[in-house]
Amino acid sequence: MDTFVQQLVNGLTLGSLYALIAVGYTVVYGILQLINFAHGEVFMIGAFGALTTSLVLFRGQTSIWVLPFMIIGAVIASVGTAVLMERFAYRPLRNAPRLAPLITAIGISIFLQEFVRLNYNQVPFTSWNPFNLPDAKALIPFPQIDVVTGPAFEIGGVTIQRAAIFTIGALLMCSALLWYFVNRTKTGRGMQAVSQDADTARLMGINVDRIIVVAFAVGAVLAAVAGVAQGLQNNNIGFRMGFLAGLKAFTAAVLGGIGNIAGAVVGGLVLGVVEAMATQYIPGQFGGGPWKDVWAFVLLILVLVFRPQGLLGAKAVDRA
Amino acid sequence: MHQRSVVRVGAPLIIAALALSACGSRNDSTTGAASGDKIAVIGVMAPLSGDLSALGLGIQHSVELAVKQANANKTIPGWTLKVEAKDDEAKPDVGKNAATAFAGEKNVAGVVGDLNSSVSQSTQPVLATAKIVQVSPANTNPTLTQGADFKTAPKRTYDTYFRTCTTDSIQGPFAARYLFQKAGITKVATIHDKKTYGQGLVEAFTAEFTKLGGTVVAAETINPDDSNYSAVISKVKPKGPKAIYYGGEYPNAGPLSQQMKAAGLNVPLMGGDGIFDPKYIALAGATATGDLATNVGAPTDQSDAGKKFLADYAAAGYKDPAAAYGGYSFDAANSIINALKVSLKDAKDVASARQATIDALGKVSFDGVTGPVAFDQYGDSTSRVLTVYKIVNGAWAPVNTEAFK
Repeated sequence: MDTFVQQLVNGLTLGSLYALIAVGYTVVYGILQLINFAHGEVFMIGAFGALTTSLVLFRGQTSIWVLPFMIIGAVIASVGTAVLMERFAYRPLRNAPRLAPLITAIGISIFLQEFVRLNYNQVPFTSWNPFNLPDAKALIPFPQIDVVTGPAFEIGGVTIQRAAIFTIGALLMCSALLWYFVNRTKTGRGMQAVSQDADTARLMGINVDRIIVVAFAVGAVLAAVAGVAQGLQNNNIGFRMGFLAGLKAFTAAVLGGIGNIAGAVVGGLVLGVVEAMATQYIPGQFGGGPWKDVWAFVLLILVLVFRPQGLLGAKAVDRA
Repeated sequence: MHQRSVVRVGAPLIIAALALSACGSRNDSTTGAASGDKIAVIGVMAPLSGDLSALGLGIQHSVELAVKQANANKTIPGWTLKVEAKDDEAKPDVGKNAATAFAGEKNVAGVVGDLNSSVSQSTQPVLATAKIVQVSPANTNPTLTQGADFKTAPKRTYDTYFRTCTTDSIQGPFAARYLFQKAGITKVATIHDKKTYGQGLVEAFTAEFTKLGGTVVAAETINPDDSNYSAVISKVKPKGPKAIYYGGEYPNAGPLSQQMKAAGLNVPLMGGDGIFDPKYIALAGATATGDLATNVGAPTDQSDAGKKFLADYAAAGYKDPAAAYGGYSFDAANSIINALKVSLKDAKDVASARQATIDALGKVSFDGVTGPVAFDQYGDSTSRVLTVYKIVNGAWAPVNTEAFK
């Protein structure tokens, strides 16, 4: 039983991370019908933003009060990237065939990965490194902040890591704020309107371009929080971390019903739990760690075959 | 209107991309060629970028140092050596491309590399067809020299392939004996990353550990692309292992150790030479104290030759440290240089002397940085000295050096 609860905790932790990233896919898809494959890189840049803030402003500091600043740094980096991406890569292609922005997304993803890999610790075209930042070509240790990292809690045989509590807590808080934003604010309701019918929304006086930027920014904020959470959990970040996480989060978004925010959260949690349980409980040759991704994707295929709209469905009204 | 804005945005992007790619390739090997000499190239294949670049760059610079010294001493009269380094990104397909490029160059006399056993598996046949000698400073998988049936019927696979380090069939059992006999640990769990190196190491370890009377309570694997191992750790923890033996390299092992201890599994993680790197300690954090690693050979900084190598390396001013394989790479380069001394003496070009180089390399024997360097009939190093290191005060400290019998 302990093992079951333990793996459930592990799965929910992993799933919270997926969910935070998945919201970014789903919000943008709900409004633009665009799968932003570069969203994984927004997540990665968020983590680097937090790292940079900590190294430049608070090098060596591990007190808990550094954490809010790191999150702010992560959010600035992520939102900046997402907004620039929207402005210069996607907006010019707004009326292009749908394949064009998709390919562009993949291109941006590769560009951002390589840019961080080559230029994180030096200003482009020079070897100038004013803040003595580490080389991003290899994994970089992430600062370990007091309170949210350190010795784990033991509750009746179940180990709960501090970073896991931070991750799950971050998901709960972000979900609540997002719910309030989408349903209770003017901009949020504007997002719903644009997702239902962009042309009509425009006729009603909604600034569609602005709403789209907001959608990218909202996804980026959550991705930035996820970046910090992953750094705290795994103790390291690297330029490649966005690729697999992005792929999993995209799977989570589809699993829950792409375009549906609650669906992305549910999909993320389900995916995380399935991975953890598959590691533990599937015996024999097809079980264990290496097969967990296989089972996660088998689940995706089954859901798509029997419930193509995803677990919670992508009803037009729920989109946004 | 839309079309125009695409152009407006696209053009600067394309220019930026071109500019970036133009400054991307920087392979400057600084080895001055004396005029009138013929050129022989020693290639380096190693991960020069990515997670394992700390090891790869150490290999490259150590080879550069060996070549610089050979050129300065005019070790091979009438010839100037040059280093050409290619990035294998620790990936078999990229490594194969690098090997193919070397195979197509007339001046390539020998290649040092690769770092990863899985990469060498794909580069071996390419270089063998071109009859170019390959000396790996770091491959420890036994099948590379002795074939798939190395336990029962060892058979040399490629006569161009040599290595200066010892193999997993020695390193794994060496670790098993240390844990069982010296540390008194009888229950371990094994985890590996499914790569050729990690799997081979764990298999050799398990065989010896159970033979000694110990139990392996869990045998798990991880995915090298993953960065969170909590599911595997939770699976291993209830079985109560007293140590974890990990087959793989530090980019996974460091975070694994950190996460293990954060999850309350406070037992030492032990690994092979792949985790023996300062980066491991950086990634594993403060809780890494007590973790163990085996490395081939005696500690570089404890022999006179090793001290001289490290001093020369520091004096040469390379940006990256020599890392775990520096000494082996230096010896690997010198073994090729020693062979070339014989084979290039009366040769008119590099390509025609390649068979002679293979023959000469098999007979090489000299005192290197890591001990006596010589190869047996399979191309394996005859030196079987290994050392166990432990993390003490945030650094690897040698605890036990022994010749494996």
